[in-house]
Amino acid sequence: MLELHGVTAGYGAFTALWDVGLTVSAGEAVAVVGPNGAGKTTLLRAISGLIAPREGRVTFEGVELAGHPAYDIVAHGVAHVPEGRRLFPQLTVAENLKMGAYLPAARAHYHESLERVYTLFPVLADRRVQRAGSLSGGEQQMLALGRALMSRPKLILLDEPSMGLAPVMVLRLFDLIRRVREEGYTILVVEQNVRQVLKIVDRAYLLEVGRVKMEGRAADLAGQDFVRKAYVGL
Amino acid sequence: MIEPIFLLEAVINGILLGGVLALLALGLNLIFGVIDIVWIAYVDLVALCMYGVYFLVTLYGFPLWLAGIASIGLGALLGLAVHQLIITPILASPPINQLLATGGLLFFIQSFATLLWSTDHRSVRVTLPTIELGGIFISFTRLIAFVLAILAMIALYFFLTRTFTGTAIRAVSQDREAIALMGARPQRLYLVTSAVGGAMAGVAGALLIMQYAVHPYFGGAFGPLTFMICVLGGLGNMVGAFFAAFIMAQVISLGGVLVSTEMGYVIAFVIFIVLIFVRPGGIFARRA
Repeated sequence: MLELHGVTAGYGAFTALWDVGLTVSAGEAVAVVGPNGAGKTTLLRAISGLIAPREGRVTFEGVELAGHPAYDIVAHGVAHVPEGRRLFPQLTVAENLKMGAYLPAARAHYHESLERVYTLFPVLADRRVQRAGSLSGGEQQMLALGRALMSRPKLILLDEPSMGLAPVMVLRLFDLIRRVREEGYTILVVEQNVRQVLKIVDRAYLLEVGRVKMEGRAADLAGQDFVRKAYVGL
Repeated sequence: MIEPIFLLEAVINGILLGGVLALLALGLNLIFGVIDIVWIAYVDLVALCMYGVYFLVTLYGFPLWLAGIASIGLGALLGLAVHQLIITPILASPPINQLLATGGLLFFIQSFATLLWSTDHRSVRVTLPTIELGGIFISFTRLIAFVLAILAMIALYFFLTRTFTGTAIRAVSQDREAIALMGARPQRLYLVTSAVGGAMAGVAGALLIMQYAVHPYFGGAFGPLTFMICVLGGLGNMVGAFFAAFIMAQVISLGGVLVSTEMGYVIAFVIFIVLIFVRPGGIFARRA
């Protein structure tokens, strides 16, 4: 479904990603793990068009997307839940979800999508008239996820969904991500919470200083001594 | 001592003036709130729309209502032109350059209008009766202008809160990158904002030409006042600008009756200067 070949990207003179290759098949959940500054966020930004890759190809369902602007890439079915959630803090919960359905194709199914999101995250229905900025961290992450679902994507990119959340909320959130997955969405998730994320994905890539160091099935990777010591903390 | 009835009349006139001032301030504040640029020449665009109505009525015999609708279209086109020709090329420049560019537009419009149409004061004479209500005299023209200004602001409110595009306009001012991830083009939203802000200038132009004569320096009379109201309400704060317009209109109107018309403006500006020292973020700013 998604294929990256030789993607190099960065900001100004700084290169954050070197020659990265990665594939995600339809229905799969894939994680990209690695330490701070490994280029995980840059990778997602290069896929969703927030930055243009300097080199390499990004194809989604056979369409070349590298260099396309973000508003065009989301129309192809790639929703990006960015780092720090990036909600519209002054808009209400309902208005944030409405913005998720901005695309004409999504607008046609607006009410139907809204019902689905409210069923998946009932707390958002309770808070629909509240400003997004007034929600708790966990609720904000649910809203960010719900907003992405409103665009009726085929692939969801999740950037550090557990960031800044209380441990008990982290567990709940991963449970919700698993449920989103069961609804049939394909997921590419970037996480520092390696132990938790490896439990909900099929495969994972290990990214270090901008390069893919390792890739494999989640269970195998979790078992690797190297990964266990460095990231899982066992 | 001034009779209470005159004061009441001044208060009512203040409310009527407040409606039109609020409309001007909302148009300017919308553009500032979304694109982060102050169109110094905003009221000069209003003056161009007033000229438009004037010529349509006097030269081409348009009925006033039709010329007013045309004025909305003209305002929207002017808004688009200002954004495309002046703002877009310098969107990434420092704010001071953007301010200077729209300031330059002000001088351009004023000189251009003088060259084309001379410094004559031109007005569309609307002969509508004055209403008398228990000893209070209210100009019917002003009342119509007030009602239409309120209707225009209600329309703007519904546009910004109920439609996808209007909500996206509020969203782009909060997070430009995030709205692109929703599939909206920020550049297009800026264009729509400029057109809507321009259309509001068109409405204001049609309402003002019913009450005032237009001349090349018309912007000099209402421009600083509009800008002051926006600052007082909090730049970009639509609700704040709305209430600030009515407060300032009351000061001007009551000051005009109690002292003199000129003093009304002097008092308004003194209050502005004092308030800006006390509350630099505007009177409705939340304390940080």
